[in-house]
Amino acid sequence: MTTATRSSALVPTEEQELLRRSVREFASARFDIAQLRAYRDGEASVEAPLCYSRAHWREMAELGWTGILFPEEYGGLGLGHAELGVVLEELGRRLLPQPLLSTVLLAGSAILRGGSEAQKQAVLPGICAGELVLALAFQEQGRFAPWQVAMRATRVADGYRLAGEKRFVLDGHDADQLLVLARTAGKPGARDGLTLFLLDPQTPGVECVRTSLLDVRNAARIRFADVKVSMSQVVGAVDRAALILDPVFDGAAAGLSAELVGVLSEAFERTLAYLKIRRQFGALIGSFQALKHRAADMFCERELAVSMTLAALRALDAGRADAPALASAAKARTSDVANLIGREAIQMFGGIGMTDEEEIGFFMKRARAAETTLGDGAYHRDRFATLNGF
Amino acid sequence: MNNKTALDNFRTDIARWLEECYPAVLRPLDVESGMQPEAVVPETIRNAERRWHRLRAEQGWLAPTWPREYGGAGLDRDQARVLAQELRRVGVRPPPISAGLSLLGPVLLQRGTPEQKLRHLPGIARDEVMWCQGYSEPGAGSDLASLTTRAVPDGDHFVVDGHKLWTSHADKAHWMFCLVRTDPEAPQHEGISFLLIDMKSPGISVAPIRLISGPSAFCQTFFDQVRVPKENLLGQLGEGWTIAKQLLQYERQALGSIGRGDLGRAQTLPELAKQELGSEGVRIADPVLRAQVAQCELDSLALRLTMNRSADEAGAGRGGDHIASMLKLYGSALTNRRHELMMTLLGADGLGWEGPGFSDAALRITRQWLRAKGNAIEGGTNEIQRNVIAKRILGLPE
Repeated sequence: MTTATRSSALVPTEEQELLRRSVREFASARFDIAQLRAYRDGEASVEAPLCYSRAHWREMAELGWTGILFPEEYGGLGLGHAELGVVLEELGRRLLPQPLLSTVLLAGSAILRGGSEAQKQAVLPGICAGELVLALAFQEQGRFAPWQVAMRATRVADGYRLAGEKRFVLDGHDADQLLVLARTAGKPGARDGLTLFLLDPQTPGVECVRTSLLDVRNAARIRFADVKVSMSQVVGAVDRAALILDPVFDGAAAGLSAELVGVLSEAFERTLAYLKIRRQFGALIGSFQALKHRAADMFCERELAVSMTLAALRALDAGRADAPALASAAKARTSDVANLIGREAIQMFGGIGMTDEEEIGFFMKRARAAETTLGDGAYHRDRFATLNGF
Repeated sequence: MNNKTALDNFRTDIARWLEECYPAVLRPLDVESGMQPEAVVPETIRNAERRWHRLRAEQGWLAPTWPREYGGAGLDRDQARVLAQELRRVGVRPPPISAGLSLLGPVLLQRGTPEQKLRHLPGIARDEVMWCQGYSEPGAGSDLASLTTRAVPDGDHFVVDGHKLWTSHADKAHWMFCLVRTDPEAPQHEGISFLLIDMKSPGISVAPIRLISGPSAFCQTFFDQVRVPKENLLGQLGEGWTIAKQLLQYERQALGSIGRGDLGRAQTLPELAKQELGSEGVRIADPVLRAQVAQCELDSLALRLTMNRSADEAGAGRGGDHIASMLKLYGSALTNRRHELMMTLLGADGLGWEGPGFSDAALRITRQWLRAKGNAIEGGTNEIQRNVIAKRILGLPE
């Protein structure tokens, strides 16, 4: 009965509301946008290259949040995407960067789904304890196209040799372990013939360059020059990585949607607040109908994005057949709405919105980065259509 | 006996009753065949539907939560939910839209005198008395409060003179609930009162309105020295605007759900696209129009989920009825977008007006495209809905 209620009703449970309050308190006590600016400008020496705080990561682990998705046997809480979504949304409101997407939703989930018992034991307890950060290295080109993988894994006597280059590896340059997608058969674009490998970034032949993104997060470019890996580093079945990654990308898309809900909600609320204090022509600009109507449209779009995201998170937790389509629907919608609100926010703030001193610009930048990550609106609308048979 | 057991028993009782009483001939009806035009529905089915509608009304199941003395079934919210689930499970067709049931009823229940409730509610609940709404006037559309239809006191009556527009079904209705100006000197919003008017009263005349989409249920209604007993005033003198606003929220809820009603009917949008554009495998062949279909389908899903969320929030005792403005705004805009896209898909096949040479489906889409324009106008234009959202929900300054 409890499970049924949790998985279907599109309202947060009491427990989820309590969790929301804790995350909100945590985020506002630990972080503000001044810190983001400092990361970017290299002022906070220890954390600047990282663009997030490992101390916060450990604190979040103590609170159980890094282990929300993982079973208790690995030190996790055994909860669901709905709960992790609450955490991501609240971090999104504060623009607080943490490696939840890279470590938990991408690499960690892939190992939970496809890894051997030894591999799970090697990483999952470490994630739950806040000791490990992982990255999933899969992307090679600008637009998200998960099976467009050219990087080769060539079979040799006692394992494989990896050769190729990965880009946009979220939190890749400081990850403790890399999960790498490479082609063991077939041509770029084919779902089949892909295999996952778990390796230490210190392995000879791995060259990692940190790249800075406009939202003050890091993503690495990683070159693999004939990197030797053993058979025990293969995660899941050879040539069949797409089967592991399909649901992983769904979960990650829904989780990122939840973060986007936080980002776009905060941006919308800040814009509304500005409309209520900014005076021009002797009147509050929020009294102008040209702005009121656009604010009303943004409100509608936001509400629809919230509903879609809640539905996707619950469908994933219930293991429903329509979960992939809902995850795509949520990512498409939140991407589009975050972009809409981002550009409207800048326009409504006017000149001050163009300055680095005003914080609203950081929300628009994060919205754009999160939109592009794991597929934008166009990608997910196309996938939604395909999954719905047209 | 705990609440859950009681509810389970209640469910069993309803299921048993439906098993016994729901006409067998209606059972195989699914959503699609339910949408067949009236003319091709065999007479037996129509009779059965009429019989069933009557039976349902007698059970008080048109207004399940109203007290029994007013023709309802006296159910609490949980029971009403169980009833709705059971009716849906059997696939019972929804009752025809009734202004009395969905608009006036809730307001009467809240504000009517005991005499007014006893007199009017049972007729509404049994769907025996048909009501129409007298709000808009030629000079009072979006600016409804500028209405000029006057009601002048004369002994124990009001004398009503004026001209109402968009009075749906006024040619068939037995009664009208009507906004009239009772105090021309008072500030605009305070001089309005809410009258219940018997349509048989001498001095009332009704003319139908033809729309861009063809014949419609809309009428205009003329009042020439119409005498209305003072006991037919709902609420206090001058309270009409407050009551009207409350009732408008119910109307927006009803209109907002129209967008949802269109889904699942007859042919879906992707099916129409495949039929008109061809397909490659299962994909719609034209990639540009396919993207537009996907956007429309995705937005429909988002609207449906938001309606579900709104219901879930109400069930959890959260949220408010102001959400109706949002659903109405987005729903009617989306309905328009869908129909624009359907017209694009049809191309010249969508240009037919009537007669041979065009399929019934195409002719229907064309008329629906035209009629859908009105969805964004009636019940408060979408511009008015945006004003309401900006003021009531977002708290933006005047």
